[in-house]
Amino acid sequence: MSTTVLRKDSASATTAAPPPSGATPSRDRTGHPWARSRAGRVAGQALLYAVLAVLSAAILVPFAWMLVSSVKQDSEVFTVPIQWIPRSFHWQNFADIWTEIPLLTYLGNSLFLSVTITLLQVLTGSFAAYGFAKVRFPGRDALFLAYIATIAVPWQAYMVPQYIIMQRLGLVNTHLSLILLQAFGAFGVFLMRQYYQSIPEELSEAARLDGLSEYGIWARIMLPLSKPALAGLALLTFVLTWNDYMGPFIYLTDNDLWTVQLGLRSFVGVYDARYAMIMTGSVLSVLPIVVVFLLGQRHFVRGIATSGMK
Amino acid sequence: MSPIAGTPGLRRRRRRTTLVGWSFILPNFLGFAALTLVPVIATLLLAFTEWNSYSTPEWVGLDNFRRMFDSDNFWAALSNTTYYAVGHIPLTLGASLGLAILLNQKLRGVGFLRTAFFFPYITSLVAVAVVWNMLLSPDVGPVNQLLRAVGIDNPPGWTTSTDWSMPAVIITSVWRDMGYYMVLYLAGLQTIPAELYEAARVDGAGPWKRFWHITLPGLRPTTFFVLVMLTVASFKVFDLVQVMTEGGPGRSTLVLSQLIFREGITQGRFGYSSAISLVLFLLVMTITVIQFRLQRRHER
Repeated sequence: MSTTVLRKDSASATTAAPPPSGATPSRDRTGHPWARSRAGRVAGQALLYAVLAVLSAAILVPFAWMLVSSVKQDSEVFTVPIQWIPRSFHWQNFADIWTEIPLLTYLGNSLFLSVTITLLQVLTGSFAAYGFAKVRFPGRDALFLAYIATIAVPWQAYMVPQYIIMQRLGLVNTHLSLILLQAFGAFGVFLMRQYYQSIPEELSEAARLDGLSEYGIWARIMLPLSKPALAGLALLTFVLTWNDYMGPFIYLTDNDLWTVQLGLRSFVGVYDARYAMIMTGSVLSVLPIVVVFLLGQRHFVRGIATSGMK
Repeated sequence: MSPIAGTPGLRRRRRRTTLVGWSFILPNFLGFAALTLVPVIATLLLAFTEWNSYSTPEWVGLDNFRRMFDSDNFWAALSNTTYYAVGHIPLTLGASLGLAILLNQKLRGVGFLRTAFFFPYITSLVAVAVVWNMLLSPDVGPVNQLLRAVGIDNPPGWTTSTDWSMPAVIITSVWRDMGYYMVLYLAGLQTIPAELYEAARVDGAGPWKRFWHITLPGLRPTTFFVLVMLTVASFKVFDLVQVMTEGGPGRSTLVLSQLIFREGITQGRFGYSSAISLVLFLLVMTITVIQFRLQRRHER
């Protein structure tokens, strides 16, 4: 993994417009408690690094173990003490898993759902957000309040009526049910509205004087300006949809509709002792997300930071 | 009112703006109303009805709630959910705040460390649960190997033991979530003006004083937000318990959202499960409102 990821300034972009560089308050070089003398500072730094080393090991060891185990034999996964370098590398696991379970189908389903839901979420979310942020009309604020209020309601509290609706529509056990459920979330509207409000009103005013319609302003000014926020929302939605377990677990019963999360879980249930192969499946289920994350992680983190403020 | 407010031209323009506004919101609103707003309201009503997947709904008042309060499963789920929240919220809050402060300093490799800590959050919960189940495997799992190596002869049975299954779930969830809240805290730390620290240092305030009088108050909005998010997330926990323990062994990790799922979707008891949903909703709302109140009192 590259060390340039999640760079120093990436978390500072809490507001839409990046703050001027140099404004990072982390210049507090003596911010730790052992900073009295030079020797003390060195000792403090050493202690700090030691603490961080232990902590990051605790975070990364499970991943390392997963990776190493994925190329072992089943019997070697639980050797005492842990064998960090396998006696022989069973790359075969990565070839075999595709025939053990229909992993390609699962991955395809996950990809289809994640891409469709993300596209719809970003499109309808930003469109609605423009209405909420830039067009004044009666009832707008009450409506937005309804959006905000439902964000605070846990999904688990209304999943049963949702299920009944889907059942009556005959959409249980289809991908369409999950798409409808997840594509029109209030969260995307909220996130994009936050961003649009930070764009000065004069800009739309000027565009209106130039004869651009509201739709034109959305398409030609707001969308291009909000690329970072759109990317953040898209990445968040993609990752959440890819990793979602409960939605597919409730709605999808046919094996050939399953997402990779359901497939992996069922593999674990059926092949209890195939430890290495289970690890192989875990690695492959995580891999696409790692790629997506590394490609867009600055937007990703910014999206989280933006949603967290105000 | 200005003299031209009622002129037909202006009224027409206003009506046009209203139409335009609605046209922007409509595509999202249709989906949102049909599949979020209506179900939320439906839960409120269904909680007071008897309705199975094959019967017609019938208003029964508080019957569902009486049945709920007589049910062992409900009390187990409520206390397990509370147990999870009481473990998960403070541990995640403390860990993420600590990490953010450590990683807000000028350090070599700080970018790598931030990514490393954030990483568990983006990996799929199923993979996390699978790997941690193996790590915590009682006899041969690496965690218990380590515990034995440091002299604990009788390490916990983790997910196979009714006493240790919930701690196992909590440990896994803190490990997974702390990086996410760390990012929020890092963002919060960036909003505290550096001049405050400079001024405090000039005045001779030590590191602890600066932390106590500048950092913590400066982070109050972030902490409030993190607390609310953690509360909502904790009370609706499902995926992790479902994959790690399926609510067991026994009922030891059965949580409210699992009970709602079992009663409502597996058993088709729509009315009864809606009553449990309502309790879950009221619980989350009450705690959030209390947090809001406390936050506002602090601000004054």
